[in-house]
Amino acid sequence: MMQVLVDGIVAASFITLGVVGLSMVFNILNFPSFAHGELITSGGYIALAIVALFGTVGSIAGLSFGWPLIIALMCAAVLNSLLALVLDRSIYRQMRVRNASRISLIMASFGVSLMLRNVVVMFAGQDPHFFTFTIQPALKFWGIRITANELIVVGVTIVLVLGLHLFLSRTTLGKSMRAVAENASLARVNGIDVDYVIRWTWIIGTALATVAGVMLGFTIQLHPFMGFELLLPMFAALIVGGMTSIYGALLGALLIGLAEGLTVEYLASEYRQAATFVLIILVLLFRPHGIVGEKA
Amino acid sequence: MTATVPHLVVEDLVAGYVPDVPILRGASLKVNAGELVTVLGPNGAGKSTLIKAVAGMVPVTGGDVRVSGKSIRGIATHALVGAGVAYVPQTNNVFTRLSVEENLELGCICDVPRTRERIEETYRLFPDLERLRRLGAGRLSGGQRQMVAVARALMARPGLIMLDEPSAGLSPKMTGVLFQKLLEIRAGGVTILLVEQNAKAALAICDRGYVLAEGRDAFTGTGAELLSSTEVGELYLGSKARLAS
Repeated sequence: MMQVLVDGIVAASFITLGVVGLSMVFNILNFPSFAHGELITSGGYIALAIVALFGTVGSIAGLSFGWPLIIALMCAAVLNSLLALVLDRSIYRQMRVRNASRISLIMASFGVSLMLRNVVVMFAGQDPHFFTFTIQPALKFWGIRITANELIVVGVTIVLVLGLHLFLSRTTLGKSMRAVAENASLARVNGIDVDYVIRWTWIIGTALATVAGVMLGFTIQLHPFMGFELLLPMFAALIVGGMTSIYGALLGALLIGLAEGLTVEYLASEYRQAATFVLIILVLLFRPHGIVGEKA
Repeated sequence: MTATVPHLVVEDLVAGYVPDVPILRGASLKVNAGELVTVLGPNGAGKSTLIKAVAGMVPVTGGDVRVSGKSIRGIATHALVGAGVAYVPQTNNVFTRLSVEENLELGCICDVPRTRERIEETYRLFPDLERLRRLGAGRLSGGQRQMVAVARALMARPGLIMLDEPSAGLSPKMTGVLFQKLLEIRAGGVTILLVEQNAKAALAICDRGYVLAEGRDAFTGTGAELLSSTEVGELYLGSKARLAS
């Protein structure tokens, strides 16, 4: 049982980093971005390209990577965020100033999703890629097996989530983001530059997506559909936790991760997505706005 | 010379939400520094549109808006706070998911280093808010929310504050408390433009008033003059009765 819990937490970590950005974009730009999964993919592949320039991922005791990958991750976060800003400036912003409907923005994000995925395929091909082929021995703690890389995944996610919480609750920009998410019009008359907040939403959301992409890459593999495959659990986490709350999305990610882990352990991995849908249906039946969400 | 320049001048303003369908059709008004001026009018006269157009929230297609002699037409809404203009909307005027103190902090976004000092000053003007500071603004009563909204607007130390029907939905007692606060704010040197539906209460505290009808300024005068005007009474009551009676 403890092993299932740990596996679920590892799976939830990837979902968490993705869903935070998805939730921020949903609440601040007022549409669910179906291209968010592809920003996870592009982040992973940009880091792969930078690592290729270094020629090595390096190695730090016990881990399958070292400083070259960490530096590549930071560079990829910056470049991927720039990519998101360019996409916003050239597509979504043009639609916002023309008062495009939410459904138009959703369809545009579908288009961006397809475009990004195919650009990745064009440059890197359909086959999976790996940062390293080093096989990691699992560590054992009280009968629980976990690799050092997975420990890093969970640790980094916890640190980033706590950092995000402090950012949102303590900084002026974080409070401005919460204000814009609730009422952009009131935020404007209050002196908040909503465009500035939107830019930082993309930067933070995409940087977290990049971390998710790189961590997926060094724990499992990189492939052009990796982000797309995370889209369902990410949206499920958003619905389960509550669309209007970033903290709800975090709780949703944990529940979806655990549900998937339990399904793989006690049923079969084929039912993983079914478990996600069952969880969505149950929450929609009993808490239509999500566990901690409010009526939008 | 500067002392004679009105704080706010709205000149022949044409504005509306939909192109070619103006709500305001040449509205004009002047507010001198330190005055409390109220804008009245029946439903659909364009009172809220006027205040929103000044705040840059409704497209302006004609006329001009000047603050201390400088045109603010075309300035982005968020930049108006830096120009010393604060606006308190009629509804949804607090961030309900933020605490009272967080609401106040966001009012000082143009001068972040002075936030703490201004919050302390604001608590002196609104002592009740200090007690409620940790509470989510969504849990406040209507009157408390209006106080938070006004207090937040004052955090930026504006020269001019515009309020859109602040008494809407408030009890007469709470309206009295709120209007008393407005008088205190005016006594502190802040110019106030008050759009109100509650004509009697607004005219009782204002220095001057404007009555809008069909998107234009139809009457102007002191509070006492407008209260005793049969024309204004007719516009509101549909008879020759005076509002004061």
